Amino acid sequence: MASIKGSGRRGAALHASLIIGVLLSAFPFYWAVVMSTHTSSEIFSYPPKLLPGSHFLQNVRNLFDTIDFFGSMGNSLLVATVVTVLVLFFDSLAAFVFAKFPFPGRRVLFGLLMLIFMVPAQLAAIPQFVIMSKIGWIGSMTALIVPAAANAFGIFWMRQYMRSAIHDELLDAARLDGARFLRQYWHVALPVVRPGLAFLGIFTFMGQWNDYAWPLIALTNPDNVTLQVALSQLNGTRGTTDYGMVMTGALLALIPLLIVFAVGARQIIGDLAKGAVRG
Amino acid sequence: MAVVERTAPPAARQVPAGPRKGWRAHWHLYAAISPFYLLFLAFGLIPVGFSLYLSFHRWDGLGAMEWAGLTQYQYLLSDSDFWQSIGTTLVIWALATFPMIFLAMVTAVLLNSAVRFKNAYRFAYFLPSVTSVVAVAIVFGSIFSTDFGMVNALLQAVGLDQVAWLNTPWGIKIAIATLMTWQWTGYNAIIFLAGLQTVPGDLYEAARIDGAGPVQTFFRVTLPLLRPTLLFVLVVSTVTGLQSFSEPQVLLQTTANESTFAGGPDRAGQTMVLYFFQQTFDNNDFGYGAAVAWGIFLVVVLFSIINWRLVQRRGEQ
Repeated sequence: MASIKGSGRRGAALHASLIIGVLLSAFPFYWAVVMSTHTSSEIFSYPPKLLPGSHFLQNVRNLFDTIDFFGSMGNSLLVATVVTVLVLFFDSLAAFVFAKFPFPGRRVLFGLLMLIFMVPAQLAAIPQFVIMSKIGWIGSMTALIVPAAANAFGIFWMRQYMRSAIHDELLDAARLDGARFLRQYWHVALPVVRPGLAFLGIFTFMGQWNDYAWPLIALTNPDNVTLQVALSQLNGTRGTTDYGMVMTGALLALIPLLIVFAVGARQIIGDLAKGAVRG
Repeated sequence: MAVVERTAPPAARQVPAGPRKGWRAHWHLYAAISPFYLLFLAFGLIPVGFSLYLSFHRWDGLGAMEWAGLTQYQYLLSDSDFWQSIGTTLVIWALATFPMIFLAMVTAVLLNSAVRFKNAYRFAYFLPSVTSVVAVAIVFGSIFSTDFGMVNALLQAVGLDQVAWLNTPWGIKIAIATLMTWQWTGYNAIIFLAGLQTVPGDLYEAARIDGAGPVQTFFRVTLPLLRPTLLFVLVVSTVTGLQSFSEPQVLLQTTANESTFAGGPDRAGQTMVLYFFQQTFDNNDFGYGAAVAWGIFLVVVLFSIINWRLVQRRGEQ
């Protein structure tokens, strides 16, 4: 492997193959841009379109006339933001306890956490739906927010992070100064683990933004849904007639996510990979 | 609580800080971890228990529940639609996972050798994995479109016949698998890359001095040391791949005639979880749906154990 590291012909071949991979990764994004800038009749005409056209704004107008784009985007933003804040708080608090404090039952409770990790979503889906119908949450964003407010992955991940990031001497010093539990958490632990919180926050936000299966079931009012469900409805009803518009919706829905990813890319790529190798 | 107290000493011994007290003295710690466990109780444990109970009943979600004994499970075992969905899921999983792992490893080795632009490459390769499955499935639906799709345009350009990708059993499976491979290859390449970076450089040096070529080095040095990472990637791909839902659901909902969970013509793209959704939320057969969910759970667990064993045993040789 080391021999390839030098420049020259091998270096060029290396970068050439990596760039082919990049092009393959990027192609569907380009294709979405091409489709979203053409009218349906242009798309269906021969030869196939390979370059962007000039009807993007018209497709955007059609999209906004057909679905409540900003309403469903607002719902997605609301759910993803509230869940992210709750997850950061609840998960880091629980992780802090598991990482730094001995207490009776810690092992059993943490073992239970790992077990919960492995329970597939559809096992709980029917009763969840029934319970939420009974308490009247079905059809509202509450049905998405409350069950997601704390999760096993985040607690597990933050615990691993906190075990190495927060030094015991730091906590002992805070204790000597008379800091009680919540002050230790807020003033000592949280400032130290800020990079870890950034990772968990971005990861949670993206996961919620992209979530589809449960929102599809739980949001029974077709006029009050998240962006992913709205897109899917659009694809189901107009997907064979107005490709340009549907593709415009898919493209616009990606933009907030791409911004979040661009801001946090280094964090999320580095930390996720680290966790996988450690685990 | 009895169980909790018996396990206290080993837990307390692990961490030196803090005095050893009864659980009453630690109330604030229990309070701090309680939100997760309360949520889990309400939306995890009770529902899972309830779904086990449901699977022994007949229920449409509205009327009275009716005891059914083992009949739901008996029906499940003889339900050819369920078996077909298992087969479909496994075929799609294999079509997606093996090319994905191979390509991800090759990409990781290449990335590991690249000195310049490493961060730019990682960004580009990681991007597909963070985009939403719904948007990606819509885009792939048009890439595989019979009339104006990119794939058929390429086939035509080299003089081959067009394929009705989303209307034929194999076309559907290949389209879904291609989507999954596209979305997860870069992600897994980054994971493999992190694994590769834990391999000490002097091992490669030693292999080179011993006269090993790049291919030999990969199989004798790199692959054995990547085994833990490979295990992680394989298990995650198995657990998520066998429960695929959004990809076939969005990709095939326009061509499916009777139900949005049907998985296309002849149910060729109906995965296990799609079948579960169809039985439960289209047919309102909550009792049978619960039995299907437990069936899926069993298949996923069995398959994960088999994968784990295969990779582990090769490691012992």
